[in-house]
Amino acid sequence: MKHARIAWAGAVWDALEHGADQLRLPDGRIVAQHAVVWLPPLAPVARPRTILALGLNYANHARELEFKAPEEPLVFVKGEGSLIGHKAQTVRPDGVKHMHYECELAVVIGRAARQVRRDDAYDFIAGYTVANDYAIRDYLENWYRPNLRVKNRDGCTPIGPWRVDAGDVADPMRLALQTRVDGVVTQSGNTRDMIFDVPFLIQYFSAFMTLQPGDLILTGTPNGVVDCPVGAEVVTEIEGIGALINTIARGAPCVSTT
Amino acid sequence: MNAPGTFWPTGTVYGCLLNFRREWQQWGERMAQPPHTAPPRAPVLYVKTANTWSTSGAGIMLPVGADTVLVGASVALVTGPRQWLAGADRTRPTVAGYVLVNDLELPGASYFRPAVRTQCVDGLLGLGAHAVAPDEAGDPALFALQVRINGDLRQTIRFDDLIRDAATLLRDVDAFMSLREGDLLLLGCDADRPTAHAGDHIEITLADIPVFGVLSNTLMPARILDTAS
Repeated sequence: MKHARIAWAGAVWDALEHGADQLRLPDGRIVAQHAVVWLPPLAPVARPRTILALGLNYANHARELEFKAPEEPLVFVKGEGSLIGHKAQTVRPDGVKHMHYECELAVVIGRAARQVRRDDAYDFIAGYTVANDYAIRDYLENWYRPNLRVKNRDGCTPIGPWRVDAGDVADPMRLALQTRVDGVVTQSGNTRDMIFDVPFLIQYFSAFMTLQPGDLILTGTPNGVVDCPVGAEVVTEIEGIGALINTIARGAPCVSTT
Repeated sequence: MNAPGTFWPTGTVYGCLLNFRREWQQWGERMAQPPHTAPPRAPVLYVKTANTWSTSGAGIMLPVGADTVLVGASVALVTGPRQWLAGADRTRPTVAGYVLVNDLELPGASYFRPAVRTQCVDGLLGLGAHAVAPDEAGDPALFALQVRINGDLRQTIRFDDLIRDAATLLRDVDAFMSLREGDLLLLGCDADRPTAHAGDHIEITLADIPVFGVLSNTLMPARILDTAS
């Protein structure tokens, strides 16, 4: 099943995909997809969600950024304030020269995962969604790079539209990824080209940190990232998971800290 | 604030690198060398994920293969509801209180890449038993922490010589990411963090302000889980 979390008619709902352009609410009513506001397709969690994100997890993207492929996962952590739903706007601060999308397969953890073996890893996954892990390269600094000023901005990580049950994804390591900016394909890849695949990542992280239901792993992006101006419509799509639409917006002037 | 003994963050816990002037000075010209190439401009943050949180009094089990941790005693600012000030064009974070923290880390990580593998290990953030309201805590620049390991005073940390004082840090962080009600922002860990080992008992106090209480944690050796069955 494909799950969404939406705002509609004065309330927030967990909904299911219904046909090509509708949604089914928990009480059985059917609403048009175009009539709702899409939220991150994640159930609320009791403790703050851990959001892990991979850098340089596709060899060709590592080359694109002139890094050699890492020998162990390059991972950073995001706060929940970075997440925003499908068809939302993400702010490009004034004066920024290079802001790019990153189309990523996002893994949603389904049960507490501690010291999980690779062969068991898929048992701990509830589902998958699409994340667009925007980066603003102007703010990169070589301290805990990629630093949070690049990666943890409000609403800078669109996610959705669907959370697809793990059982409905035959092989998550064989999914085409594509990004289109204003209709032009700018990024194409396949999850089979990850340096560290999903079972490895769950084994690796759960060896030292216990993951909880609702925690997220954003698994990195292939090459083909380009600057996105204000007004650009960015569609990050993963085969069988969904097409996540985001529009780049102008923000209030950002206070410089430099 | 929470009742005594029950403090538990409801938001994200952010740590801050290199906020003590003494550590900054120790780095000196190395900041300009590869791979860093320049001193940091904006605050450099990290996240202590929820799996790291340990209550005061709890034993903290070290991971398999680790015997040593660096003890990063600090104070975290607890953010309250965001606030509209009259005439302002956006909301500002507020400070709901302060809480003692014991930010443990496995040694050996560089400051170049995020140190998740050494910072986000289960249990490696001791949290004081309760948050102290700003009017009780007073000016954070006057805070002086004592770190005792097995009763021996190992470090005294004064918060009067920060690169960014509490208000400046809050403002500069909030300039690029909104702190949400319940988030924690550590004011930084001083240079020359003491090390501690399995079996050690760590106590962190803010001696002049006893209302903060004592943050105490005992390090326990790794217990190897039977994952073969």
